[in-house]
Amino acid sequence: MSSLSILILAPLLLFAFITTLVGIWRLRWAYVAAIIGMVLALIAASAGIFRVLSEGKLRYFLGGWPPPFGIEYVLDHLSAFMALIIVFIGLIAVVYPPEAGLYQTPRKGIPLYGLLLLLFAGLVGVVITGDLFNLFVFLEIYSLASYALITLGGDRAVVASFRYLILGTIAGSFYLLGVGFIYFSTGTLNMADAAQRLVPLYGSPAVMAAVALIVIGMCIKMALFPLHVWLPDAHSYASPMVAAVLAGIQIEVAAYVVVRMMLTIFQPQYFIDVLPVTTVIGWMAAVGIIFGSVMAIAQRDFKRMLAYSTVAQVAYIGLGIGLANPLGLIGGLLHILNHAFMKSCLFLVAGGIRYKTGLHEIPRFAGLGRKMPLMMAGFTVAALSMVGIPPTGGFFSKWYLVLGSIDANNWVFVGVILASSLLTAVYFFRMIEKLYAVPSSGDAAVEQATEPSPRILVPILVLAVGIIILGLINAFIVTQILMPVVALLP
Amino acid sequence: MAEMFLSRYVYLMVIILLSIGLWGMLGKHNLLKKLIGMNIFQTAIFLFFIEGATKLGGSVPVIDPRLGMKAAQYINPLPHVLILTGIVVSISLTGAALAFLIVIYRKYKTLDDRAIMLKMKETSE
Repeated sequence: MSSLSILILAPLLLFAFITTLVGIWRLRWAYVAAIIGMVLALIAASAGIFRVLSEGKLRYFLGGWPPPFGIEYVLDHLSAFMALIIVFIGLIAVVYPPEAGLYQTPRKGIPLYGLLLLLFAGLVGVVITGDLFNLFVFLEIYSLASYALITLGGDRAVVASFRYLILGTIAGSFYLLGVGFIYFSTGTLNMADAAQRLVPLYGSPAVMAAVALIVIGMCIKMALFPLHVWLPDAHSYASPMVAAVLAGIQIEVAAYVVVRMMLTIFQPQYFIDVLPVTTVIGWMAAVGIIFGSVMAIAQRDFKRMLAYSTVAQVAYIGLGIGLANPLGLIGGLLHILNHAFMKSCLFLVAGGIRYKTGLHEIPRFAGLGRKMPLMMAGFTVAALSMVGIPPTGGFFSKWYLVLGSIDANNWVFVGVILASSLLTAVYFFRMIEKLYAVPSSGDAAVEQATEPSPRILVPILVLAVGIIILGLINAFIVTQILMPVVALLP
Repeated sequence: MAEMFLSRYVYLMVIILLSIGLWGMLGKHNLLKKLIGMNIFQTAIFLFFIEGATKLGGSVPVIDPRLGMKAAQYINPLPHVLILTGIVVSISLTGAALAFLIVIYRKYKTLDDRAIMLKMKETSE
């Protein structure tokens, strides 16, 4: 028993309140308090992954009640991996200045950092909990924080957020209903306990209904095509810093829940052979990859293009789950990590451009590359990674996905991944060309543009360097962290 | 058939309520009606949990010396506790959604989905 898992969660929850209270008194201190909370959580998450690598699964019984009666927190390879991504991207987002991230300086009425920390607490809670109902509570905590954060983007964002709230609640309620079916079938809410008791019940219609409800709910939350309808509005109207967090880590957590269902709560065979869950997810994802990429090409607004690109990129993760063989799932999980870095970096660049020049439409970006060389270098690295050019991280996750598709003898998926790389290249190379090759049209906003302040630059460059480092150390991540996760698969 | 209906009628009600709620959320154009649909949908799920916990002739789950320690004599308290948490979640969601509706109404002077879309298009150019 080790309390390390709860130590990742505790500073986030605690500082969500401290930050809000301190913010009422002195605004500047809220920023400091939020960074302290995130750094503490990052230390715990790093310690967590090292302990898991050396000792294996860490369990913690909340309040000393042993499972299956009490709530259990489990830190295994998958949850330690996810928690570290969440806390790291969270720290980057918190450091990013709110003037650029929100289009406005937070006034005393906006408990921005409190909400952000609550969002991260919810996300970390979902990945470390070992209890089905506890997962629902954290799911709703992070959803509520996201709805509130999206509304900070302005009047349109409120409408988008309301739509997301309705669909997100359907998703959360489906999950709760599914948990109800599992609970009334097995009499337990503990994941490990339920996993054992469910095996003899695999033929039961109630358990099948539970799987269907939970998977549909989570597909809405992760915006898998055709359940993505809420995402483009919510992510493009949200302010850049919020969008970076939502696209980078929030929707991936729903993908984590599906993986957890498949690997831990049910046996993978049940999702693959008995019920056609992985087949359906795989084909939805394949259509979603093409749809998202084509829609992204059609957009003029930079953030809207990124939002559609998120629909395509999250479908890669869905494709990894759908392939359900070790190589494919490694690709999907590795893409969670790479997408978190790439998409957050791109949204933060969008925030920087908007803050320095007020521009948000791609055609007017001509010539910006020479005016803001460092920030645009960060953009270029992230864009190349999205396309999948080695040695950036994005290449390797696509590489594993292609290997997984070949392994499954599914040549349509191979074709989809390659076609989507070309489509992604179309919309990002078009932008890179605008930034560097097209001469400036004499637009006053572009002429007066200068490199943004270090507070904006540093988070972007850290993520850009991180993308290259992730590409270089991908063999370590795959063999040490992801191989044990997918060992259960056939 | 009739017996099955009589013993399962609560589940039938739950399914009817779930359908009404879903229809409200997805079929109605007024945002407030969508919110009401959401509340009906969540309440149906709560009823499902409560119904799952009941036992015919079961007592309040506080140990009573006359009934002894047999679990079959008491109704299951755990779903009630879960639903208490679920109600808290539902109330906070409703509160947040109502706050959003106030902001939307102040800006667009309507709560109709289609009218809001039109006004958003007008202001975008």
